[in-house]
This record gives sequence, structure tokens and C-alpha cells, in this order.
Amino acid sequence: MSNPLLEIRNVTMKFGGVTAIDNLSFKVPSDAIYGLIGPNGAGKTTIFNIITGNYQPTEGTVVFDGEDITGTKPHKVVAKGIARTFQNIRLFKSMSVLQNILIGFHDQIPYTYLEAVLRLPRYHGYERRIRAEAIGILEEFGIADYAENNATALSYGNQRKVEIARALATKPKLLLLDEPAAGMNPSETEDLSNIIHKIKKDYDLTILLIEHDMKFVNAMCDTVTVLDYGEKIFEGPPAEAIVNEKVVAAYLGDFTHA
Amino acid sequence: MKNAIVKLLLILLTLGFIAWANQTLDSYTLSILNNIGIFAILALSYNLINGVTGQFSLEPNGFVAIGAYFAALFLIPSSDKIDMFALVDPAPIILQMQASFLPAILIGGIAATLIALLLSFPVFRVRGDYLAIVTLGFGFIIRIFALNSPAYTNGAMGLNDIPEVANFMWIGTIALITLIVMLHIVYSKYGRAMKAVRDDEDAATAMGINTFRIKTVAFMTSAFFEGIGGGLLASFLTTITPDQFSFLLTFQLLIIIVLGGLGSMTGALLATILVMGSMEWLRFLDDDMVIFGMHTGAHPGMRMVVFAILLIVMMLFARKGLFGDREIHEIIRDKFKKKGKV
Amino acid sequence: MDFSTFLQQLVNGASLGSMYALIAIGYTMVYGVLRLINFAHGDIMMVGAFLTLMGVTAGLPFPLAVLLGIIGTVIVGILTDKIAYKPLREAPKISLLITAIGISFFLENLFNVIFGGIPKAFPAPDYLTKVMHLGEIYLPVTVIIIPVVTVLILGGVLWVLYRTKYGMAIRALAFDIPTVKLMGVDADRIITIVFALGSALAAIGGVFYAISYPSIDPLMGVIVGLKAFAAAVLGGIGSVTGAVIGGFILGFTEIFVVALFPELGGYKDAFAFFFLILVLLFRPTGIMGEDLERSRF
Repeated sequence: MSNPLLEIRNVTMKFGGVTAIDNLSFKVPSDAIYGLIGPNGAGKTTIFNIITGNYQPTEGTVVFDGEDITGTKPHKVVAKGIARTFQNIRLFKSMSVLQNILIGFHDQIPYTYLEAVLRLPRYHGYERRIRAEAIGILEEFGIADYAENNATALSYGNQRKVEIARALATKPKLLLLDEPAAGMNPSETEDLSNIIHKIKKDYDLTILLIEHDMKFVNAMCDTVTVLDYGEKIFEGPPAEAIVNEKVVAAYLGDFTHA
Repeated sequence: MKNAIVKLLLILLTLGFIAWANQTLDSYTLSILNNIGIFAILALSYNLINGVTGQFSLEPNGFVAIGAYFAALFLIPSSDKIDMFALVDPAPIILQMQASFLPAILIGGIAATLIALLLSFPVFRVRGDYLAIVTLGFGFIIRIFALNSPAYTNGAMGLNDIPEVANFMWIGTIALITLIVMLHIVYSKYGRAMKAVRDDEDAATAMGINTFRIKTVAFMTSAFFEGIGGGLLASFLTTITPDQFSFLLTFQLLIIIVLGGLGSMTGALLATILVMGSMEWLRFLDDDMVIFGMHTGAHPGMRMVVFAILLIVMMLFARKGLFGDREIHEIIRDKFKKKGKV
Repeated sequence: MDFSTFLQQLVNGASLGSMYALIAIGYTMVYGVLRLINFAHGDIMMVGAFLTLMGVTAGLPFPLAVLLGIIGTVIVGILTDKIAYKPLREAPKISLLITAIGISFFLENLFNVIFGGIPKAFPAPDYLTKVMHLGEIYLPVTVIIIPVVTVLILGGVLWVLYRTKYGMAIRALAFDIPTVKLMGVDADRIITIVFALGSALAAIGGVFYAISYPSIDPLMGVIVGLKAFAAAVLGGIGSVTGAVIGGFILGFTEIFVVALFPELGGYKDAFAFFFLILVLLFRPTGIMGEDLERSRF
């Protein structure tokens, strides 16, 4: 593949005596929807946390868009072009849907503290602009009507959309989705699947997602890496993963592993 | 546009009221208004770091003390200082510190701000809830320094004959400015970031917010206005001693911002009026009361026990206070606004 | 400094350090299991001293008064958790911290109302007020008893923590509350034990304070509490051994710095604050270095 957007190179993560990730490598091509799957505790969210800089890997590097970003501070990783959502939806509970999205624009608003306090024209200009952009994103997701509602008042499926929309506001190149379909019924899942395809196209994104729901993974991903106990046991198209011996064993729990 | 006109009208009305009150009302009422004004400034500032940014801090009494001492030292004429410093001679630099009213007050604010910046490094760079303990300790340290550096602070004797420039014109106007500044901060990307840090710091970081910087900015802003409040207090009371800036001051402000609703500026303002009013009224708790025909005896301090219980009860049963974390105009507007049906 | 003065100050430092250590343990244990800085803990020490005073004034023999004082303080500590902290377990952290300050303020003012603000003399029994002479050194008996008793108590605490199943549960709880709960441990019971233990130690610390200093007052817990917390952070918050180490370091520092530089005497109470700042700047996990604040993703 021509330069992958994201490359995990020989990453190992040890917490004290526990090896959470063991010499993991994979490449996410630009424009892909790439899946990271595996049984619970396999280390998938840990990889996300390593990419976003929350954890410093014990060994190995994370290369994004040609740049070694290993260990970059989390708030700076966003500026590089990587945004994420969380497994348990983490919206800002005291704020409205719109305000949640506006947070995503934080780095893109250049007016200074003083300009905000004195309400100089730059303040007004940017506030108007991002508000319009935020509504635009909400319209893409079909939830613009809820803009002024408190974020927690929405249905679970819609809250997930808000979270993704918020991440989108940071104008990422790579979007990390941590179990986006968790807790959703089939129709919500299908809705989500359509939306992800749409935003990928409209916003020119590469997507790396963690998921359990194999149907969802099948529908969404071009390639998957399967993790088990922190090790890669398979990399390839999801259709092949499902029938791969090692993968099946990992999910069912090999009885000899006791 | 409509908002701007309403805003301007409210400001003009308030200024008008301040001017009128300053001219017309008697000195007793004015002193109550001045008290409320200063406490409003302090409560609004305290609300920024505690309520809006969600960082539990106990800083006000320390920064108020700093603002008060700096302003006082710049306001008192040098000639007076030489007589006033009874324990030792004032340090030479003390004699050089001279400024007119507004600069002196500003210097108090700036001094507090710089110290807040210094404190931010040990506290905000580290995860964990050390801000409260550090600021609590800081309040004590300030008192220790004030007592032990008589060449700079006149020690336990404190400073008196501070020029009484702070009248309701000054205090009321600065309180209005504080309210406007705070509301402008809250309704900006900075206020949103502060609330994001409060709601979920990790998610805020994941959105690109430098949480250390935001917390520091909030803390420094709070310190600045608390310092200003301190300077106004010094000029209003004309006498300050190290013991005046005890934890009690912070505790009263804590009750105020909790009552108003942590994070609500207009709530803090309303609560200031309510609490300062009832502090006076509740003085009867300290005296001998007759309950069911029995005398309780005079117990100075009973008032404070009641306040402590009130705070605990509020935290257990009415944590959101009066306005929650919204402003009064939002609450009114939400009654009428059209929202999507969820 | 000549040798006898050095010895004198060494013993003084051990005595002071013991008090800080006893109170620091309570802070560190509660922080460990609840991530709460129990602001009221210093005041718990004050409660211990005053309840014992009540017993003594009522004519009880000293050991009995101390025992009842400790029991009473334990009850106060447990009640504080049950009434004020437990209902807020799931609430935002700041609510808990505000409530803790409320409890602290409540206790201070309650005892102020009951006993009055004027410091009260604490009548210690004669066998505790004796002063021994060793060469040129004057050693009040308390200054020996306190460190010795403290070390014994600490041994006991460590034994409980590392050799009993309750202790293990406490240590596990400090590590990860949800998981521990899933394993069938009654987290509430363990937390109650933590408060009981911490309060008992603080009460003993309060009695030690009362017999070492001429008087007690309702605000005595404030500064001591602050310093004890700083000591706990210095030693490594969450670590009992750390709390003890931190307590003794602070005690020795206060005594020796003032002995060597008497002009710094007025600033003695500020040393703890500077330790705190230095620790946070250079080694936030403290001497024992346990990082309790790993972010939970």
C-alpha cells in the first residue's frame, strides 16, 4: 500500500507485570475503514489510548501521516488530525448538544481571552461561524432539531451520534471509534452504519473502529486486525476472519487455555 | 442585536442605580450595599474556578488578603507609614510604594494573579485533588507571612488609616464590571472549555483542550478579581489585620456559590444578596433564645454551626442550588423556547 | 549544636512526628479507598482530645477517659461517613469535597459553642507529666511514651493491613473499587472500617497532643490536619508506610530547623506547605511513589 495513514509498529504495552499488548503491528491505509476486533480484554481500547497519547507504549512507535507521534500529549494529538469517541459515551453532561459540538471547534477558534472578554469583532465573527458549522454537522446526522436540548436528554443512539459529530468538529483525518454500535438495536446499528459511510465520504475520513458486533464489522470494514491477549492473531478481510480457526477459538475460548 | 440593546439598557440602569444610591441613601444602608458589592465580586470570581471549571479550591481568603495588603500599602501615604509601623521600621521599598486608588487596586489584583500562576504549576500539572489543600494551606501561609514580616506588613498590628476611597460608586461599578467580564468568559470558547473540563476532563483533552492551561487561566482570573475585591475591602474598612482573612471568609463564599448554583454567575449574585442579608438576620442565633419556654443561653458561634449544617444539607439534598449551572436569562428563556421533542 | 541538645531535639522531633504520623494515616487510608481528602479528619483529632477531656473532667480514671474518647471519636468518624459521605458516593467529586469542608466547619464550631473558644487546660495524670533528667537533657515522659506507643500502634496497623483479610480488602479497595465490589467484598463495610481505624488513630493523636501542649481548643485540628495531610502526600498518598515516613520527616524538620535557625521560628507552620509544593513539583507520587491517579479509560 502507498503510505498508510496510521502505522502501529512493534508496539508493546506493559502495565507492571501484565503485558497488555505484545509486539503488535498493523497499517491502516488512507481512506479505509479498518476494524480492530477481538474478545474482551484483548487490548483494543489500550491501542486506542496509545494512539491518542494517553499511554506511552513500553516499546514500539505510532506513525501518523509519516510522523512519529508516539507519546505525544493527548491534547496535541488532536491537532495532528486524530479524533476519538469513547466506549461509554462521554458527552459533556451539563451542556446542550450544540455546545458539545462547539467544544470540538475549540482549537480552531483563534480569538484570545481578552478579545472574548471585551467582545471584540473577532469574537462575534468566529462564534457565528462555528455555530453555523456545528448546525451543519448536526444536520448531516439528522439531529439538528435537538441542538438546544441537553445532551443527556437524547436517546442512546442519538447520543452516540452527538459524540461522533463532536469528534468530527475537530476536523480529523483519522477517526477512532470505540465500539460505536455498543448497546444499539439492529435498526439503530443500521442507521449508524449508514451515517458512518456518509461522513466518511463527506469529510474525507479514514476510520479505525473497535467493535464486537460482527455483522456491523462485516458491513463496515475493509480489513480487520484480530487481537487476542494483546497479540495479533489475524489480519485480513472480515469475511475471512469469521471462518479463521484461531479467531473462532479466541472468541469461543479455547478450552485448553483454562 | 436585540440582545445587545437589552444588555446596554440593563447596564445603564444599574449604573444609574449605583449613582443614585451613592448620592441618596444613608450611610448604614450604603455600608450594607458596599458589603454586598464586595462579596459579590468575590463570589463571582470564586464561582469561576470552583463552579464553572469544577476545580475545588479554597483560595479566596488568601488572595483577598494579598489584594488587601498590596492595595493598602500603595494607598497609605509614606508619611503615615513611618508612624504606623510600630514594631519595626518599614522596609524602604514599603515607603516607596505609592499609587492612586485605581492603580493600587489593580496592583493588588495583579499580585494575586501572579501568585495564582505560581501555584498553578505544582497543582494543575499533577492529577489529583491537591488544589483544595494547597489553597487552604496557602491561606494559612499568607497569615503567617503577614504576622512574621513586620517590616512589610506591620505584623499583628496590621495597617490602618487606609484612605477611604472605596464608596458605592467604585464598588458597585467594579461589581458590575466583574459580572459582565464573568458572563463574557462563560459565553465564549474559554467558558465552554472550562465547563468541559468540569464535566469530563479526559473527554475535554480528547477534544484538544489543554486542560492545564484552561485551569490556570480560570484560577488566575479568579485570583485577579479576588485581589481587586481585597483592595476594595481594605479601602472600605480602612483597617486590615492578618486575622481578618481567615478561612471563615472562604467558607461564606462557598455557601454563597453553592446556594446560587455552582457555575451560575447570576445565581452567585442572587445568593450573595440572600446570604449577606441573612447573616445579619441570623445573628439572633448567637444570642440567648427562648425555645419552648427554655432559655438556650447566649452561644456565640451557633450561627456558624447552623450555616455549616445548612451547607451539608444543601449538598445532600439540593446540590444544584437555586439556578443549577445556568444563568437567570437561560432559565427564563427555556420556559418559552421551542426545543426538539426527544 | 551540642550533643545533649541534639538528643533533646531528636526526641522532640520523634514525638511531634508521631502525632503527624498517626493523623496522616487516617488521611491516606480514606484517600486511598475513596479518593477523598477528608478535611474533617484534623477536626476528628480535636474531637478525640475534647471527648477525653470530658471524661477526665467527669472524674473518670485517665485510661478509661482515653478509651471512651477513642470510642466516641470512632463513632463520630463512622457517622460522618454514613450521614454525609456515603450518600454522595456516586455524586461528582466536588460535592463530596464541599461536604467534607462543611463537616469540618461544623465540628469546629460545634465544639466552639459547647466548650467556648478559650483554650482549655488538659489535666494529664501525674505519671505523664513527670520530667526525667538525663545528664543535661530534660525529657518529659511524654516525649518517650508517644513515639514508643506510636511505633507499636503502627506495627498493629501494618499487621492488620497485610496479615488480615480486612486489611487485604482495604488495600484492594484502594486499587480498584468496582472490581473489588464485583468480587463480593462488602465495600461499605470496609470503608466503615477504614473510617473507624483512621478516627481511632486520630483520637490517639489528639490525646498525645493534649498531653504535650498546655492547652487544647476547637481549632487545634486545623493546622495539625493540614500538616498531617502534607506529610501524607510527602510520604506518598495512599501508602500507610509513606504517611508514617512523611509524618516523621515533617516532625523532625520542624524541630530541627527551628533549633538551628531560631529566627525562622515564626515560619515553622509553613514548612509543611513548602514540602507539599516541592513534592507536587518534583515527585507527586511522594516517597513511596504509588500512582493512584492513573486515568481510567
